[in-house]
Amino acid sequence: MINSGDTAWVLISTALVILMTPAVGFFYGGMVRKKSLLSTVMMCFASLFLISVQWVLVGYTLSFGPSKAGLIGGLQWLGLIGVGQAPNPDYAATIPALAFMLFQAAFAIVTPSLIVGSFVERIKFGAFLIFTSLWSLLVYYPVAHWVWGVGGWLRALGALDFAGGTVVHVTAGFAALAVALVIGKRIGYGKDNMEPSNIPLVVIGAVLLWFGWFGFNGGSALAANGLAVSAVVVTNTAAAAAALVWMVLSWLHRRPSVLGVATGAVVGLVAITPASGFVDPLSALAIGGIAAAISYYMIVLRMKLRIDESLDVFACHGMGGLWGSIATGIFASQAINAAGADGLLFGNPGLLWVQIVTVAVTAVFSFIVTYALATLIDLIVGLRVSENEELVGLDISQHAEVA
Amino acid sequence: MKKIEAIIRSEKLDDLREKLDASGYTAMTVTEVKGRGAQKGILLEWRVGEYRVEFIPKVKVELVVNAETVDKVIEIILSVCSSGKVGDGKIFISSVEEVVRIRTGERGQKAL
Repeated sequence: MINSGDTAWVLISTALVILMTPAVGFFYGGMVRKKSLLSTVMMCFASLFLISVQWVLVGYTLSFGPSKAGLIGGLQWLGLIGVGQAPNPDYAATIPALAFMLFQAAFAIVTPSLIVGSFVERIKFGAFLIFTSLWSLLVYYPVAHWVWGVGGWLRALGALDFAGGTVVHVTAGFAALAVALVIGKRIGYGKDNMEPSNIPLVVIGAVLLWFGWFGFNGGSALAANGLAVSAVVVTNTAAAAAALVWMVLSWLHRRPSVLGVATGAVVGLVAITPASGFVDPLSALAIGGIAAAISYYMIVLRMKLRIDESLDVFACHGMGGLWGSIATGIFASQAINAAGADGLLFGNPGLLWVQIVTVAVTAVFSFIVTYALATLIDLIVGLRVSENEELVGLDISQHAEVA
Repeated sequence: MKKIEAIIRSEKLDDLREKLDASGYTAMTVTEVKGRGAQKGILLEWRVGEYRVEFIPKVKVELVVNAETVDKVIEIILSVCSSGKVGDGKIFISSVEEVVRIRTGERGQKAL
């Protein structure tokens, strides 16, 4: 039975989440050097149209189609055949199946765009397109099926991931680390100034992400109800707590950095994502605040190790998603969501264990498959542009345009 | 005729223009430049830690004046632009062979 309020909210949420992918482009674009600003915006925008097409053809059925042994969706819904205006009660009983399909498309689109931060300023655009399409097929669709698909093996285990802390952020974060190790450092890393091209653009990206995240988490209730409101409240709270903590850490170091608070807000949004449908606002303060400290010090460590994971996708999304997923096992309460489970603080240590297993499996799977995929693409077509193309910048060398 | 090129702190430009104006030196050319001296670069904040910017934005003011008045102009620049801290900038003075006013074709001091 279709509910018009639920359908309206999911459609609005879909639009909000779609906006997040170009927002990632602005967030990242402002952080790279001016000579590769457009290329960075372009790669995120390309995720939007590339994965939109792939999702309709094969992505949706591989992620949510009738399960094959809990590992991958069957091909029954290839090209969206059989996905129509009637609801699919397995996923959302009060909205058209097509609404659920497009809402989920937005998540599949934004996830590979997050990885872009790890290889900016040195990847061939063609190699990026190959990487993104194959990564979605080999990593995102399987993990989305494991955690969210009916019959998926991690879902059957009892894993909780309200809006994608594991499916989106852990997969993207660990993939980012893997591909950064394969592609190598930018020329001049650690020596030249890697001056951010436009910090206001970073802030515009961050606030659009914050705005879009209300759809990301609130929409994941798949209904216009109290749970959706609760998810939006904890989302805002965690983002704010993380930005605040980041500001303090930055200030203790030297000055309260604008780039820092924008990053902090995004880290808070990442961390609350898996927990957003299961925790109360005070838990959200703890989840966001602790996430900021974890990601901050992970960036410090990453810089000490001199790994050019250029825009810290691993530190922000990998670690933020990992912490948020584990925190779900600590702070989740059935008082917030009866369909969820109680966490450690509410007397159920079992959930914490399931969450740790889920995150560990996802992280290891994403890292290994991405490392192999990136290595293979590098061998066959080459991931990196030539030295001269890199020095000139990707805007000119890949797109013949300037920002 | 002498050309005075003064590389100064950007924030001193308005005060300098006003003082030069008051003393009758209305004509000047201003360029936004980047450079470095004893101060070298500056540190700017990144999301964590900081990075060094090796060239600092400054303003270059150029004016061509009669040789006799050079010291007067230098005095004005020093009085406005010297803060006593590293990074105040430098003044370069050189000789100018000829000046032509494009509108009238006048040459030399008349064209100044």
